[in-house]
Amino acid sequence: MARVIVDVMLKPEILDPQGQAIARALPRLGFSGVSEVRQGKRFELELDGPADEAALSEVRKMAETLLANTVIEDFAISIAE
Amino acid sequence: MSAARVGVVTFPGTLDDQDAARAVRLAGAEAVPLWHADHDLKGVDAVFLPGGFSYGDYLRCGAISRFSPLMTELIPAAQAGLPVLGTCNGFQILCEAHLLPGALTRNEGLHYICRDQRIRVESTRTAWTSDFADGQEIVLPIKHGEGRYVADAATLAALEGEGRVVFRYAGGNPNGSLNDIAGIANEAGNVVGLMPHPEHAVEDLTGAPSVDGRGFFTSILKRLVNA
Repeated sequence: MARVIVDVMLKPEILDPQGQAIARALPRLGFSGVSEVRQGKRFELELDGPADEAALSEVRKMAETLLANTVIEDFAISIAE
Repeated sequence: MSAARVGVVTFPGTLDDQDAARAVRLAGAEAVPLWHADHDLKGVDAVFLPGGFSYGDYLRCGAISRFSPLMTELIPAAQAGLPVLGTCNGFQILCEAHLLPGALTRNEGLHYICRDQRIRVESTRTAWTSDFADGQEIVLPIKHGEGRYVADAATLAALEGEGRVVFRYAGGNPNGSLNDIAGIANEAGNVVGLMPHPEHAVEDLTGAPSVDGRGFFTSILKRLVNA
Protein backbone atom coordinates (compact mmCIF):
# COMPACT_ATOMS: atom_id res chain seq x y z
CA MET A 1 0.00 0.00 0.00
CA ALA A 2 1.37 3.37 -0.93
CA ARG A 3 0.19 6.88 -1.55
CA VAL A 4 1.35 8.65 -4.66
CA ILE A 5 1.00 12.40 -5.11
CA VAL A 6 0.43 14.02 -8.49
CA ASP A 7 0.90 17.80 -8.52
CA VAL A 8 -0.53 19.57 -11.55
CA MET A 9 0.46 23.15 -12.38
CA LEU A 10 -0.34 25.45 -15.28
CA LYS A 11 2.71 25.75 -17.52
CA PRO A 12 4.79 28.84 -16.69
CA GLU A 13 3.76 30.62 -19.89
CA ILE A 14 0.02 30.14 -19.26
CA LEU A 15 -1.69 33.08 -17.56
CA ASP A 16 -3.02 32.19 -14.09
CA PRO A 17 -5.59 34.86 -13.22
CA GLN A 18 -6.64 32.95 -10.06
CA GLY A 19 -3.07 33.00 -8.76
CA GLN A 20 -2.85 36.71 -9.57
CA ALA A 21 -6.06 37.40 -7.66
CA ILE A 22 -4.68 35.56 -4.63
CA ALA A 23 -1.42 37.49 -4.89
CA ARG A 24 -3.37 40.76 -4.91
CA ALA A 25 -5.43 39.67 -1.90
CA LEU A 26 -2.42 38.92 0.32
CA PRO A 27 -1.28 42.51 0.90
CA ARG A 28 -4.88 43.53 1.66
CA LEU A 29 -4.82 40.95 4.45
CA GLY A 30 -1.56 42.29 5.84
CA PHE A 31 0.78 39.67 4.34
CA SER A 32 3.85 41.02 2.60
CA GLY A 33 6.89 39.66 0.81
CA VAL A 34 5.11 37.51 -1.82
CA SER A 35 5.97 38.51 -5.38
CA GLU A 36 3.91 35.88 -7.25
CA VAL A 37 1.32 33.13 -6.65
CA ARG A 38 0.58 30.24 -9.03
CA GLN A 39 -2.40 28.01 -8.24
CA GLY A 40 -2.40 24.29 -9.04
CA LYS A 41 -4.05 20.97 -8.19
CA ARG A 42 -2.88 18.10 -5.98
CA PHE A 43 -4.13 14.53 -6.42
CA GLU A 44 -3.52 11.85 -3.76
CA LEU A 45 -3.74 8.33 -5.17
CA GLU A 46 -4.00 5.38 -2.76
CA LEU A 47 -2.46 2.38 -4.51
CA ASP A 48 -3.51 -1.22 -3.87
CA GLY A 49 0.14 -2.30 -3.93
CA PRO A 50 3.59 -0.79 -3.57
CA ALA A 51 4.72 2.29 -5.49
CA ASP A 52 7.11 0.31 -7.65
CA GLU A 53 8.27 1.21 -11.11
CA ALA A 54 5.31 -0.45 -12.84
CA ALA A 55 2.80 1.33 -10.61
CA LEU A 56 4.50 4.70 -11.10
CA SER A 57 4.48 4.13 -14.85
CA GLU A 58 0.71 3.59 -14.64
CA VAL A 59 0.31 6.76 -12.57
CA ARG A 60 2.25 8.66 -15.23
CA LYS A 61 -0.22 7.39 -17.84
CA MET A 62 -3.16 8.43 -15.63
CA ALA A 63 -1.65 11.91 -15.26
CA GLU A 64 -1.08 12.30 -19.00
CA THR A 65 -4.51 10.93 -19.90
CA LEU A 66 -6.82 12.49 -17.34
CA LEU A 67 -5.33 14.33 -14.37
CA ALA A 68 -3.47 16.92 -16.42
CA ASN A 69 -4.17 18.55 -19.77
CA THR A 70 -0.62 18.55 -21.06
CA VAL A 71 -1.50 21.24 -23.59
CA ILE A 72 -1.57 23.76 -20.74
CA GLU A 73 -0.38 21.90 -17.62
CA ASP A 74 2.75 20.18 -16.28
CA PHE A 75 2.63 17.45 -13.66
CA ALA A 76 5.04 16.00 -11.10
CA ILE A 77 4.74 12.60 -9.42
CA SER A 78 6.06 11.87 -5.94
CA ILE A 79 5.62 9.14 -3.33
CA ALA A 80 4.18 10.22 0.01
CA GLU A 81 6.22 9.25 3.09
CA MET B 1 -36.12 13.21 -49.77
CA SER B 2 -35.74 12.80 -46.01
CA ALA B 3 -34.48 15.70 -43.89
CA ALA B 4 -30.86 15.90 -42.83
CA ARG B 5 -30.36 14.44 -39.36
CA VAL B 6 -28.29 16.46 -36.89
CA GLY B 7 -27.43 14.79 -33.57
CA VAL B 8 -27.56 16.90 -30.40
CA VAL B 9 -25.56 15.44 -27.51
CA THR B 10 -26.73 15.56 -23.90
CA PHE B 11 -24.27 14.96 -21.06
CA PRO B 12 -25.16 15.20 -17.38
CA GLY B 13 -25.04 18.97 -16.84
CA THR B 14 -25.63 20.00 -20.45
CA LEU B 15 -27.85 23.12 -20.59
CA ASP B 16 -28.28 24.16 -24.20
CA ASP B 17 -29.36 20.92 -25.87
CA GLN B 18 -33.03 21.93 -26.14
CA ASP B 19 -32.17 25.29 -27.75
CA ALA B 20 -29.76 23.51 -30.09
CA ALA B 21 -32.40 20.96 -31.11
CA ARG B 22 -34.91 23.75 -31.67
CA ALA B 23 -32.42 25.65 -33.85
CA VAL B 24 -31.80 22.50 -35.89
CA ARG B 25 -35.55 22.02 -36.42
CA LEU B 26 -36.09 25.70 -37.32
CA ALA B 27 -33.49 25.25 -40.05
CA GLY B 28 -35.49 22.38 -41.49
CA ALA B 29 -33.44 19.42 -40.27
CA GLU B 30 -34.32 16.60 -37.90
CA ALA B 31 -32.77 16.93 -34.42
CA VAL B 32 -31.69 13.52 -33.13
CA PRO B 33 -31.08 13.31 -29.35
CA LEU B 34 -27.76 11.57 -28.55
CA TRP B 35 -27.09 10.37 -25.00
CA HIS B 36 -23.62 10.53 -23.47
CA ALA B 37 -23.79 6.98 -22.10
CA ASP B 38 -24.65 5.35 -25.44
CA HIS B 39 -22.12 3.95 -27.90
CA ASP B 40 -24.45 5.07 -30.67
CA LEU B 41 -24.37 7.99 -33.09
CA LYS B 42 -27.69 6.80 -34.57
CA GLY B 43 -26.41 7.32 -38.10
CA VAL B 44 -26.63 11.12 -37.93
CA ASP B 45 -25.22 13.35 -40.70
CA ALA B 46 -23.70 15.90 -38.32
CA VAL B 47 -23.35 16.47 -34.56
CA PHE B 48 -23.91 19.53 -32.36
CA LEU B 49 -22.11 19.51 -28.99
CA PRO B 50 -24.02 22.05 -26.91
CA GLY B 51 -22.93 24.17 -23.97
CA GLY B 52 -23.49 23.76 -20.27
CA PHE B 53 -21.51 22.33 -17.39
CA SER B 54 -21.08 18.69 -18.36
CA TYR B 55 -20.08 16.56 -15.37
CA GLY B 56 -20.14 19.74 -13.28
CA ASP B 57 -16.94 20.95 -14.98
CA TYR B 58 -15.16 18.61 -12.54
CA LEU B 59 -11.36 18.40 -12.98
CA ARG B 60 -11.40 20.70 -16.05
CA CYS B 61 -14.22 21.80 -18.32
CA GLY B 62 -14.90 18.91 -20.69
CA ALA B 63 -12.24 16.64 -19.18
CA ILE B 64 -14.66 13.93 -18.01
CA SER B 65 -17.13 14.24 -20.91
CA ARG B 66 -14.31 13.66 -23.34
CA PHE B 67 -14.10 10.01 -22.16
CA SER B 68 -17.84 9.29 -22.28
CA PRO B 69 -19.06 6.33 -24.39
CA LEU B 70 -20.67 8.67 -26.93
CA MET B 71 -17.38 10.57 -27.37
CA THR B 72 -15.45 7.34 -28.00
CA GLU B 73 -17.73 6.92 -31.04
CA LEU B 74 -17.71 10.59 -32.03
CA ILE B 75 -13.94 11.13 -31.99
CA PRO B 76 -13.09 8.63 -34.80
CA ALA B 77 -16.20 9.69 -36.75
CA ALA B 78 -15.10 13.35 -36.60
CA GLN B 79 -11.57 12.39 -37.64
CA ALA B 80 -13.13 10.58 -40.61
CA GLY B 81 -15.01 13.73 -41.69
CA LEU B 82 -18.33 13.83 -39.80
CA PRO B 83 -19.26 17.52 -39.37
CA VAL B 84 -19.17 18.49 -35.66
CA LEU B 85 -19.93 21.88 -34.09
CA GLY B 86 -19.09 22.52 -30.43
CA THR B 87 -20.28 25.68 -28.70
CA CYS B 88 -19.03 26.84 -25.30
CA ASN B 89 -18.71 23.65 -23.21
CA GLY B 90 -18.89 21.77 -26.52
CA PHE B 91 -15.79 23.71 -27.69
CA GLN B 92 -14.04 22.85 -24.43
CA ILE B 93 -14.88 19.16 -24.95
CA LEU B 94 -13.52 19.25 -28.53
CA CYS B 95 -10.23 20.68 -27.23
CA GLU B 96 -10.00 18.12 -24.40
CA ALA B 97 -10.67 15.39 -26.99
CA HIS B 98 -7.83 16.82 -29.13
CA LEU B 99 -10.17 17.15 -32.09
CA LEU B 100 -9.17 20.82 -31.93
CA PRO B 101 -5.78 22.15 -30.72
CA GLY B 102 -5.21 24.35 -27.68
CA ALA B 103 -7.32 24.75 -24.55
CA LEU B 104 -9.84 27.07 -22.90
CA THR B 105 -8.81 28.52 -19.57
CA ARG B 106 -10.27 30.82 -16.91
CA ASN B 107 -11.28 34.24 -18.23
CA GLU B 108 -8.56 36.84 -17.80
CA GLY B 109 -10.77 38.97 -15.56
CA LEU B 110 -12.00 35.90 -13.60
CA HIS B 111 -15.63 36.99 -14.03
CA TYR B 112 -18.27 34.86 -15.68
CA ILE B 113 -19.37 36.88 -18.72
CA CYS B 114 -22.94 36.89 -20.05
CA ARG B 115 -23.63 39.42 -22.78
CA ASP B 116 -24.17 40.02 -26.49
CA GLN B 117 -20.88 40.00 -28.34
CA ARG B 118 -19.78 41.18 -31.79
CA ILE B 119 -17.86 38.50 -33.67
CA ARG B 120 -16.08 38.65 -37.01
CA VAL B 121 -16.33 35.65 -39.33
CA GLU B 122 -12.75 34.97 -40.45
CA SER B 123 -13.30 31.82 -42.48
CA THR B 124 -16.21 30.64 -44.57
CA ARG B 125 -14.34 27.51 -45.66
CA THR B 126 -15.77 25.27 -42.97
CA ALA B 127 -18.79 22.98 -42.91
CA TRP B 128 -20.56 25.35 -40.51
CA THR B 129 -19.77 28.82 -41.90
CA SER B 130 -20.16 28.65 -45.69
CA ASP B 131 -23.35 30.74 -45.58
CA PHE B 132 -21.55 33.73 -44.03
CA ALA B 133 -19.34 36.22 -45.88
CA ASP B 134 -15.62 36.49 -45.10
CA GLY B 135 -15.14 39.38 -42.68
CA GLN B 136 -18.87 39.57 -41.87
CA GLU B 137 -19.64 40.85 -38.37
CA ILE B 138 -22.35 39.02 -36.46
CA VAL B 139 -23.74 39.33 -32.94
CA LEU B 140 -24.15 36.27 -30.71
CA PRO B 141 -24.63 35.78 -26.97
CA ILE B 142 -21.63 34.66 -24.94
CA LYS B 143 -21.90 33.15 -21.45
CA HIS B 144 -18.80 31.54 -19.99
CA GLY B 145 -16.23 31.62 -17.22
CA GLU B 146 -13.56 29.58 -19.00
CA GLY B 147 -13.34 30.97 -22.52
CA ARG B 148 -9.80 32.26 -22.79
CA TYR B 149 -8.34 30.40 -25.76
CA VAL B 150 -4.67 29.48 -25.36
CA ALA B 151 -2.25 27.47 -27.49
CA ASP B 152 1.51 27.45 -27.89
CA ALA B 153 3.15 29.82 -30.37
CA ALA B 154 3.64 27.15 -33.04
CA THR B 155 -0.03 26.09 -32.88
CA LEU B 156 -1.23 29.70 -33.04
CA ALA B 157 0.99 30.36 -36.05
CA ALA B 158 -0.35 27.24 -37.78
CA LEU B 159 -3.99 28.22 -37.06
CA GLU B 160 -3.41 31.72 -38.42
CA GLY B 161 -1.34 30.56 -41.40
CA GLU B 162 -3.82 27.88 -42.45
CA GLY B 163 -6.87 30.12 -42.07
CA ARG B 164 -8.26 28.00 -39.25
CA VAL B 165 -9.19 30.91 -37.00
CA VAL B 166 -12.89 30.91 -37.88
CA PHE B 167 -14.19 33.60 -35.49
CA ARG B 168 -12.56 36.55 -33.75
CA TYR B 169 -14.04 38.81 -31.09
CA ALA B 170 -14.74 42.30 -32.46
CA GLY B 171 -15.11 45.52 -30.50
CA GLY B 172 -13.06 44.29 -27.54
CA ASN B 173 -11.77 40.96 -26.27
CA PRO B 174 -14.08 39.74 -23.48
CA ASN B 175 -11.91 37.04 -21.93
CA GLY B 176 -8.27 37.52 -22.87
CA SER B 177 -8.26 34.92 -25.65
CA LEU B 178 -4.96 34.88 -27.55
CA ASN B 179 -5.23 36.69 -30.90
CA ASP B 180 -8.89 37.54 -29.96
CA ILE B 181 -9.82 33.99 -31.00
CA ALA B 182 -13.50 33.11 -30.50
CA GLY B 183 -13.57 29.94 -32.60
CA ILE B 184 -11.34 27.61 -34.64
CA ALA B 185 -11.58 24.68 -37.05
CA ASN B 186 -9.62 21.49 -37.60
CA GLU B 187 -7.51 21.07 -40.73
CA ALA B 188 -10.35 19.54 -42.76
CA GLY B 189 -12.85 22.20 -41.67
CA ASN B 190 -15.50 19.68 -40.59
CA VAL B 191 -14.92 20.24 -36.86
CA VAL B 192 -15.56 23.78 -35.58
CA GLY B 193 -15.58 25.03 -31.98
CA LEU B 194 -16.51 28.47 -30.67
CA MET B 195 -17.39 30.03 -27.33
CA PRO B 196 -20.40 32.13 -28.53
CA HIS B 197 -23.86 30.59 -28.86
CA PRO B 198 -25.45 30.48 -32.33
CA GLU B 199 -28.28 28.29 -31.01
CA HIS B 200 -29.47 31.20 -28.81
CA ALA B 201 -29.71 33.57 -31.78
CA VAL B 202 -32.13 32.00 -34.24
CA GLU B 203 -35.46 33.72 -33.62
CA ASP B 204 -36.71 37.13 -32.54
CA LEU B 205 -39.28 35.63 -30.17
CA THR B 206 -36.70 34.86 -27.46
CA GLY B 207 -35.23 38.36 -27.34
CA ALA B 208 -32.02 37.27 -29.05
CA PRO B 209 -29.68 40.11 -30.11
CA SER B 210 -29.85 38.85 -33.70
CA VAL B 211 -30.81 35.85 -35.78
CA ASP B 212 -27.20 35.52 -36.98
CA GLY B 213 -27.00 32.03 -35.47
CA ARG B 214 -29.16 30.73 -38.29
CA GLY B 215 -26.16 30.91 -40.62
CA PHE B 216 -24.50 27.96 -38.86
CA PHE B 217 -27.51 25.76 -39.48
CA THR B 218 -28.19 26.86 -43.05
CA SER B 219 -24.47 26.28 -43.80
CA ILE B 220 -24.48 22.72 -42.55
CA LEU B 221 -27.80 21.91 -44.22
CA LYS B 222 -26.52 23.10 -47.60
CA ARG B 223 -23.43 20.96 -47.12
CA LEU B 224 -25.48 17.89 -46.19
CA VAL B 225 -27.97 18.31 -49.03
CA ASN B 226 -25.16 18.75 -51.55
CA ALA B 227 -23.09 15.89 -50.13
